[in-house]
Amino acid sequence: MTTFVQLVVNGLGKGAVFALLALGFVVIFKATGVINFAHGSLVLIGGYLVAISVGALGFPAATAIGIAGAGLAALLIERLLVSRSRLADPNSLALLTIGVDVVVAEDIFRRLGTTVPYLGAPWDAHPVRLGNITLFSTQLVALVVGLVLITAFFLAFRFSDWGIAMRAQAENPEAAALMGIRRSRVTATAWLVAGMLAGVAVVFIVTQDFSGIGLSRTTHAIAFAAFPAAILGGLDSTAGAVVGGLVVGLVDALSAQYVSFDFAKVAVFLAMLVVLVARPSGLFGTREVTRV
Amino acid sequence: MLSVCGLSVRYGRAVRALENVDLEVGDDAVLAVLGGNGAGKSTLLRTISGTLRLHRGAVTAGQVILDDQRIDRLDPAAIVRRGAVAVPEGRQIFARMSVEENLRAGGLGAASAAVRRTARDRVHELFPVLAERAKQRAGLLSGGEQQMLAIGRALMSGPRLLLLDEPSLGLAPQLVGRIASIIAEIHVQGTAVVLVEQNATMALQVADHAVVLEVGRVALTGPADRLAASDDVQRLYLGGHAESDAQADAEVRAAQTSATGVRGLSRWAG
Repeated sequence: MTTFVQLVVNGLGKGAVFALLALGFVVIFKATGVINFAHGSLVLIGGYLVAISVGALGFPAATAIGIAGAGLAALLIERLLVSRSRLADPNSLALLTIGVDVVVAEDIFRRLGTTVPYLGAPWDAHPVRLGNITLFSTQLVALVVGLVLITAFFLAFRFSDWGIAMRAQAENPEAAALMGIRRSRVTATAWLVAGMLAGVAVVFIVTQDFSGIGLSRTTHAIAFAAFPAAILGGLDSTAGAVVGGLVVGLVDALSAQYVSFDFAKVAVFLAMLVVLVARPSGLFGTREVTRV
Repeated sequence: MLSVCGLSVRYGRAVRALENVDLEVGDDAVLAVLGGNGAGKSTLLRTISGTLRLHRGAVTAGQVILDDQRIDRLDPAAIVRRGAVAVPEGRQIFARMSVEENLRAGGLGAASAAVRRTARDRVHELFPVLAERAKQRAGLLSGGEQQMLAIGRALMSGPRLLLLDEPSLGLAPQLVGRIASIIAEIHVQGTAVVLVEQNATMALQVADHAVVLEVGRVALTGPADRLAASDDVQRLYLGGHAESDAQADAEVRAAQTSATGVRGLSRWAG
């Protein structure tokens, strides 16, 4: 039982990180209709900036640089590539993001060379003991940070002018344009927010507690689990992204313990398949309905 | 306030939607744009409101001028900020958002918070039902209420020119009358209106000037009451005179093939 409680709390902690990534993924999809396959490289950019600046500036300042850098990188991708081809098919733009991902990720791996740096999170590798239960501090901090950021996001999404403009544009881009909502501003902020969330997530992923390995190809692979998280939650649902993230975190933690560590990598995608067979639009996604 | 000069619009390379269209809307006027399906009415509104590019259309000649400034190369948001707002065909309200959120979205193009507040009071006065159902999901409103929301949402930025694309489409006759009186009231309050309609009876009642489009060209133009009394409009759009459906069809075809130049109203004026 103690193992189970331990696994659930740690799984939820990991899930909160996946939720941040999936939320960014969904925000971009809602604003632009583009599936952003470059999300993994945004995670790497954030991580790389923290890794090279943490020695000189310390963890808080380096993290701030990483978050800002990942956000700016996302904004650049949107401004330089996506917004210029406004009438392009979203599927072509998704392919474009694959290209961006390959170029950015490979360049960062080249820069890292043989080093596999950790990002120096002060809470890493300091387990917390509550009676018989041992919890990873990274996952606990991730859970708190995730909850705060996700709550702030939903409040803004629900009540601010930005949120209203985002939702209006996601639902009907032409009507939103006719209301004077500036499409380019909405899409640019969507990418910026998604990039910044990726910058936050990497600080938790690249720890001994979470992945057990420094910034490397594994980080990129872990970030890719945000994809099944967003899909199983429903690609156009922000609430779905959060639930999807938590499901992925739990499936990962539980299957690694009860089946095998290798199976955990596949289990996440199996969970996605099971959900898609039962609900093709994901748990909370809008169903595609066509009148014939 | 608005003038359209020699406007030609194409979709792709082949489809000519508008050809050399001229029209004027005064500061305090209601202009009705009539015509059948495919006449170019919606294309005209898309060009004025700046959404033509979203439909892959392009202006090939002519210009649209709002208050002495060319607007046919501006994006829709910039046109809203200059005071022209469109209510698109089929209402296109944000069905998953609440009535209140729809109105807020409409107010995002307003020049200031004060304009937004005044506009909200005006909208609630014109459409009390929108205040009553503020928290309800917009998709759950009836067709007439959705049309009221679409118009109210457009008024939220305090426009000086309102462009309406077929507001009577799909509504019961009683509601059509209600929408007509609302348009008249909006006009009285000082907003100029361009009303695109297939329901010519309603449009000619509300408008003071009218333009008839046929296959992308201006076929008739003049004061609304004169157009309402003219034989051509009676026969083509108001359902008068034709003895049978077959005769009506034949007359429509004859009128369309003869519509090569702009017919002036002088034929009937004298």
